Amino acid sequence: MEASIRDKYEVVIGLEVHAQMLTKTKAYSNDVNEYGSAPNSNISVVTLGHPGTLPVMNKKTIEFAIKLGLACDAHIAPAQHFARKNYFYPDLPKGYQITQDTTPICTGGSIVIRTDDGTEKSIGLTRIHMEEDAGKSIHDVDVYDTLVDLNRAGTPLLEIVSEPDMRSSMEAYHYLTEVRKLVRYLDICDGNMEEGSLRCDANVSVRLVGVSEFGTKVEVKNMNSIRNVQRAIEFEILRQIEVLEAGGTLSQETRAFDALKGITISMRSKEAANDYRYFPEPDLPPITITKEQIETVAQEMPALPRALFQRYTKEYGLSEYDAYNITDNKGIALYYESILAHTKNYKSAANWLMGDIKSYLNEYGIEMDKFPLKPLVIAELIHLVEEGKVSSSVASQNIFPALFSTQESPLQVAERLNLIQNSDEDALKGFILKVFELNPDEVARYRGGEKQLTGFFMGQLMKVSQGKADPKLANGLLRQLLDA
Amino acid sequence: MYRTIGDVQKAVLSGETVLSIAQAYLQRIEDHKHLNAFLEVFTESVLENAKKVDEKVKNGTAGKLAGVVIGIKDNICYKDHRVSASSKILEGFTSLYTATVLQRLIDQDAIVIGRLNCDEFAMGSSNETSAFGSVENNWKANHVPGGSSGGSAVAASANLCTITLGSDTGGSVRQPASWTGTYGLKPTYGRMSRNGLIAYASSFDQIGSFTNSAADAQLIYELSAGEDEMDATTSSKEVSNDKNAFPEKLKIGLISECVHHEGLDPEVRKNLSELIQKLIDAGHEVTEVSFPFMDYMVPTYYVLTTAEASSNLSRFDGVHYGYRSQDAKGVEQTYVKSRTEGFGTEVKRRIMTGTFVLSHGYYDAYYTQGQKVRRVLKNRTDDFFKNLDLLLLPTTPGTAFEKNAVKDPIQMYLQDIFTVHANLTGNPAISIPFKVHSNGLPYGIQLMADCFQEDLLFHGVKKLEELL
Repeated sequence: MEASIRDKYEVVIGLEVHAQMLTKTKAYSNDVNEYGSAPNSNISVVTLGHPGTLPVMNKKTIEFAIKLGLACDAHIAPAQHFARKNYFYPDLPKGYQITQDTTPICTGGSIVIRTDDGTEKSIGLTRIHMEEDAGKSIHDVDVYDTLVDLNRAGTPLLEIVSEPDMRSSMEAYHYLTEVRKLVRYLDICDGNMEEGSLRCDANVSVRLVGVSEFGTKVEVKNMNSIRNVQRAIEFEILRQIEVLEAGGTLSQETRAFDALKGITISMRSKEAANDYRYFPEPDLPPITITKEQIETVAQEMPALPRALFQRYTKEYGLSEYDAYNITDNKGIALYYESILAHTKNYKSAANWLMGDIKSYLNEYGIEMDKFPLKPLVIAELIHLVEEGKVSSSVASQNIFPALFSTQESPLQVAERLNLIQNSDEDALKGFILKVFELNPDEVARYRGGEKQLTGFFMGQLMKVSQGKADPKLANGLLRQLLDA
Repeated sequence: MYRTIGDVQKAVLSGETVLSIAQAYLQRIEDHKHLNAFLEVFTESVLENAKKVDEKVKNGTAGKLAGVVIGIKDNICYKDHRVSASSKILEGFTSLYTATVLQRLIDQDAIVIGRLNCDEFAMGSSNETSAFGSVENNWKANHVPGGSSGGSAVAASANLCTITLGSDTGGSVRQPASWTGTYGLKPTYGRMSRNGLIAYASSFDQIGSFTNSAADAQLIYELSAGEDEMDATTSSKEVSNDKNAFPEKLKIGLISECVHHEGLDPEVRKNLSELIQKLIDAGHEVTEVSFPFMDYMVPTYYVLTTAEASSNLSRFDGVHYGYRSQDAKGVEQTYVKSRTEGFGTEVKRRIMTGTFVLSHGYYDAYYTQGQKVRRVLKNRTDDFFKNLDLLLLPTTPGTAFEKNAVKDPIQMYLQDIFTVHANLTGNPAISIPFKVHSNGLPYGIQLMADCFQEDLLFHGVKKLEELL
């Protein structure tokens, strides 16, 4: 599509994100909440919706919702009411889902994203509420029948509904990335979109630039990665503009994304929508959230990525690039913080993390929490370099790799491998004289005026000293002796 | 024949084995098959359990209900036994667990003898909506026992069990108790765990008991009531037992709109007036109070209970358990045909009504309005108990009617006119045997107390019975 046509339109996107909570048990029963168990194994009579069974609230879900609410600066409602959403589906054993309708636990608040040009944009939140997941209908395993796995039924969810504040598919991409980062930092959801523990529906519409009314909204479902959310929205934007440009009208509908073809396909129209007949859940009395309860949760809140980013860039002097990459992953950020418990050399710590450590992780395909060296060891490495005992290249190339197969400290390794940098002037002088002895021609040329040969002598010096010469000191001494 | 828990305990003390007591009950049940009170007798487990209790009696470790035989309404779950809510839709269904209330009685060595007929999903006032035929009133042939716990009422009245359990959503224990000359207790909402009670209307349902004495009602209540972690709506309030702390002279309120109700049978009215006079003569303080909401109670009850029922009964869909239509193809047909064939007319009527009142565009006019009325009723009732100990009112307008005599659903709903009050407001209430009508059928009288004041209620029963 030509940019001139596309630019006539403004895109409006709102996202509904479902995050499965990482509680040990389900939302309203003692069944284990676990992904990957044998089908229909985590199911008691409550999950099965057997006659006479009743839901019992898992209080942990409220704590998780409060955490997210605090992280998004949302208003947390003091009284929690629950509602039933009624509809028939084979993977919904009770025939209704317990959710929150008119009284979500959180309202308002926002999530700040970094857009492509590096500026920050605040995406408003409409609400966050608690509900339970349905089971899983599996259509593609058995040729004749749909199979139902109820392990997931009753899994606690947080539904995070944004305001229609996003204006491009990339903003949606960044928003979702930020949401995922946040739930992972808060330890309330593993954020795994492929396994469905984080799911996203997108409401997409377009309108001519300058028009204040919203265009016709289309809901897009069935995206199993953040990239696919972006792709689906991008396709949907173009599709909608094309329909409008051809003089057509859009209908309010739900469309599914086909990741293989990269297109959206109509699922159902608005007219066919269910009447869910929400009403207050009579089996769960309202639950009161006290100020003390919120304060307790607040005190246990971990540092959040955006706050860390600001501290790293403003106080520690890291580049935005490094700060972003460290805070992007909670494990790395935590490791970084742990190194900083032993050293104040913020930049070196960041360099180690973004350099050698990240390479190691990539090479072995492991996450930060599986990295074998303790943060203290990295701090000790940093100290060795700071004290001038080894050069940073020796630390990186010789000591770091040796640490994985020993219990020794970096200093012990350096000593054992005889890598301690020689800063003793007499020894250094000996090395330099040795270099002069081996390269008499170059000495003559230098003294004849070819001052650029300094580099050559430094290289030779390192060779002779086996890298142990402290470069700073050596440089001065070298010049002194050459110019003498 | 044993009438009360006391009778059974005496027999056990005098050396009668629990097995022989159970066998005597089994024989009585066999001899009264024509009443159609039982849907199933658990003969096998009864004999097995009786022997176990006998062992305990021998060892001196038996519980308070050793020898007591309990019948349960067919909407109370008992592990490894069938339960159907008197509906075809639960065909072949066996419960995997035991209701909390029942378990507490089993823990005292009560024996569960069988499941009792009732209106389908407890929806009815005459036991005529059961998918397994109506129950015969043991007092008079071809008469209904009341409902919905009709089987439970008759089984207690005809001494086919020592006590029976029922459920009371709008009068389903008290109304049939009235019509069978038994004691029918509905405790405060939140007193009895609903875990294992097949839900009809969750914010109204309470398990209640049928007994042949007030003392039995109290004992069963004390042994089975109280907080349950499996039911979030149970109250943590202590189930106390302070029998002596209540005044000798009671402050009793009469609701004018009830005692002067035009639908009240003249004979019932006359006997009620005489009783009131006796209460006054005995020194009790009797006052008439006004509760001008009679016309709103039954409609409010039906708006709210059908709304909850329409959702509660969604799980019976032919997919997971119970009845599935044979010729259904695909999910949609499985739902429609299984439910159409599996549910009876009255249940379908209430599901439809409830679905309607919750529908978009009608919700505020019906459901929201119903909730508001319920709140008003609750507040006014709470006010009464600021000045009164108890409310006295008829349980039923008259006595049991002949089978098939009431065909209009609205007429049938009005049978609950004096009982729905306690369910709408959550108060505890009991129906106790009052008189036998000149038509040969018994009828009861009802006492209602402030919420969680069951002890005062039992005290009131004692005082009232001194005058009967």
